[in-house]
Amino acid sequence: MESPPFFGGLSMAAISLWKGGLGEDLSTERSSPKNLFSKEVMQENTPEKPTPGPAAKPPQPGNEKLIVSSSPHFLSDESIPKIMHNVVMALLPAVGFSVYFFGLRALLLVLVCVATCIVGEYWVQKTRKKPITVYDGSAIITGILLALTLPPGFPIFGAVLGSLFAIVVGKQLFGGLGYNIFNPALLGRAFLQAAYPVLITTWVEPRTVERAVDAVSAATPLALLKFEGEMVPLMDLFVGNVAGSMGETSVIAIVIGGLYLRYKGYINWKLPLGYLGSMVFFSGIFWLYDPGTYASPLFHVMAGGAMLGAWFMVTDMVTSPVTPLGQWIFAVGGGVMAVVIRLFGGLPEGVMYSVLFMNAFVPLINRHTRPKIFGEGL
Amino acid sequence: MKLKTFDKGIHPEYHKELTSSKKVEPAELPKRVIMLLQQHLGAPCEALVKKGDAVEEGQKIGDVKAFISAPVHASISGKVKEVDYWRHPAGLRVPAMVIEGDGARKEWGPVEGGVDIESLTPEEIRTRVREAGIVGMGGAAFPTSVKLAAPKGKSIDTVILNGCECEPYLTADHRIMLEEADKVVWGLRALMKATGAKRGYIGIEENKTDVIATLQGAIRGAANIAVMVLETKYPQGAEKMLIKAALGRKVPPGKLPFDVGCVVNNVGTAVAVYEALNYRKPLIERVVTVSGNGVVEPKNLRVRIGTTFEEILSWCGGLKKDAGELEVLNGGPMMGIAQTSLDVPVVKGTSGITVLAAREIKPMRYEACIRCAACVEVCPMGLMPYRLGDYGNFTRIPEFKAWGGLSCIECGCCSYICPSKRPLLQWIRVAKLRVRQESKAESA
Repeated sequence: MESPPFFGGLSMAAISLWKGGLGEDLSTERSSPKNLFSKEVMQENTPEKPTPGPAAKPPQPGNEKLIVSSSPHFLSDESIPKIMHNVVMALLPAVGFSVYFFGLRALLLVLVCVATCIVGEYWVQKTRKKPITVYDGSAIITGILLALTLPPGFPIFGAVLGSLFAIVVGKQLFGGLGYNIFNPALLGRAFLQAAYPVLITTWVEPRTVERAVDAVSAATPLALLKFEGEMVPLMDLFVGNVAGSMGETSVIAIVIGGLYLRYKGYINWKLPLGYLGSMVFFSGIFWLYDPGTYASPLFHVMAGGAMLGAWFMVTDMVTSPVTPLGQWIFAVGGGVMAVVIRLFGGLPEGVMYSVLFMNAFVPLINRHTRPKIFGEGL
Repeated sequence: MKLKTFDKGIHPEYHKELTSSKKVEPAELPKRVIMLLQQHLGAPCEALVKKGDAVEEGQKIGDVKAFISAPVHASISGKVKEVDYWRHPAGLRVPAMVIEGDGARKEWGPVEGGVDIESLTPEEIRTRVREAGIVGMGGAAFPTSVKLAAPKGKSIDTVILNGCECEPYLTADHRIMLEEADKVVWGLRALMKATGAKRGYIGIEENKTDVIATLQGAIRGAANIAVMVLETKYPQGAEKMLIKAALGRKVPPGKLPFDVGCVVNNVGTAVAVYEALNYRKPLIERVVTVSGNGVVEPKNLRVRIGTTFEEILSWCGGLKKDAGELEVLNGGPMMGIAQTSLDVPVVKGTSGITVLAAREIKPMRYEACIRCAACVEVCPMGLMPYRLGDYGNFTRIPEFKAWGGLSCIECGCCSYICPSKRPLLQWIRVAKLRVRQESKAESA
């Protein structure tokens, strides 16, 4: 080879564009495959060793330095931190409402969870000598989401433990952001559910509810339905004036955040629509069959974690499918699962397990729902 | 009214205002030109002149017998100084001829008596197009004469002229359609005659409002020709996307436009066909947009094929001194090829020279894929780029093929939209190259 080594890789990569689909060789001089995948070229492409600045700077006549890169040469301004910070923004209404209903204790839980997630992620990455990515904001989301699924009176040590499980086991042990199979926040919640079954089902009434007796504990609308056969007014569910996990109670706050994300284009409408839609449809069948025993579909989608799940858990990019058909399967399957658990399972709430259950199928769903290639099958 | 278009795609910033209102200026005669003997897809030409020979403007200096090929003509008169390998703007070294100019100019004008399309046979048009060395001028540089001959058993009912110019910064086609509308329409008629097509469409993006009226005027109410206004979206000008938008037909994977009864040519190619038939002028010059934030005075220039980038940039005030490091591209920022040296010549497929300042260029660092599905949502070919990128990166070629990697048209939408800045297209390209090398090794 008479040309410097970098031409072997970069220019051969570039020439394929020129050569289009025909396969005729342009040149008399040819790069061997060995050269193309030579060590120097590969090193430029490995994430572990990002080259500072441009890929190759050959000496130029007139001392001009030219940058060489592979097309496309300019990119959109989308980035992981931008997406994550928008999701954090979208979660703020839910956090605000939970503080309003459950007091500063709620804020404390959120802060503890977020701080633990950040520290936990930093600690793992530092120990594993991996690039530190806590600044991208994804750990903040995990912290907030986990906190929002906890009862307002949940002990601080439990929150710390749950957050650590979520971020260390749920996310970093899988390889960090992008590699986790399950939604980390829900995994943390599931861990706490198993570890502290009593504490995590000890609810308190919102501050806004006046009670004759100073009630220590209260029941969630879903528990009231399941165990007492009692139905909470829909308006209370809509605003969030009920007992429950601190961020799950207020439908309006969650929907505001969800619509914001939809407006920004960070969630696919198929996911919340498919999830809530299938919940409505499936629970509706039972409601029509016997409205006395079964709650209305509207009650089902507004009570418990359905809204938070549909807008913020099902739509988690990492743990949801990428194909249009796959997204429908995932969302609809999750909705059915949630209703099945609620109606026939031992637990009053099924959103968490339904999402985790469907998470496990995502790689399989992606594999078998490949979209049609342009012009295929005509 | 909803405009016709294809599915998916992206909306990058176009930056066309830098040159879209600037008339095409005829450039000076270059002092020397580098005539590459392979400017097209297909077999390289063999040199017809030797070192030291005197050549005349428009004289054929390279040709080959192969079907998929196009001859090369001297773009200035002068003396052959060198016959050597030279770097093609696409990266490789190809045989080339360096011609030192003597300053003489040849006047090209209409042949006596004029030319009537009706009096030409399709075979005559094809032969003249080939003899004039005309190739696709949108960038791919596929020999046009080959496109005009439908393979046995296939017929062409529609010729589409591609005036979309969806690539950011470039305005060469825009100016051609505005300033040479009559030639464009005449060229389209000639292409229709050569292919036996009944209909002709000129596809343009809706952002070129001034062109629509001009072209409509040039058509003069002909029933079989129409201007088709399409949505402004990248990659609207990709052949398969354009056919889908204009005719609603989808070219199946691995097939050619012939297979759905149409052929697509660039508007610049149509002008070249006009000049080849009316002036007997071979393809020796073309319109090139010189633009980008790294160039002092962006322009649309009519330059001789073989003029070096360095000389062309010097006519545009040169590179900006204070803009930091620059990237010089043959083409636009989405599909253009970065140059390692400015001593490369303009080829028949060079529609623009874009100079990007460092701050516009993507960072080299990338993050893990977060399965956001953005690449799947923009891929106009309906592929799953995040997956193909991984298969390419880890050279898992069988999977790459199974997931349709060879259908990739390399538009770069996936890399553009990726929030993790993953170089998806680069990986896919390397994998495609691998596949090609493997199949070549098998057949050898």
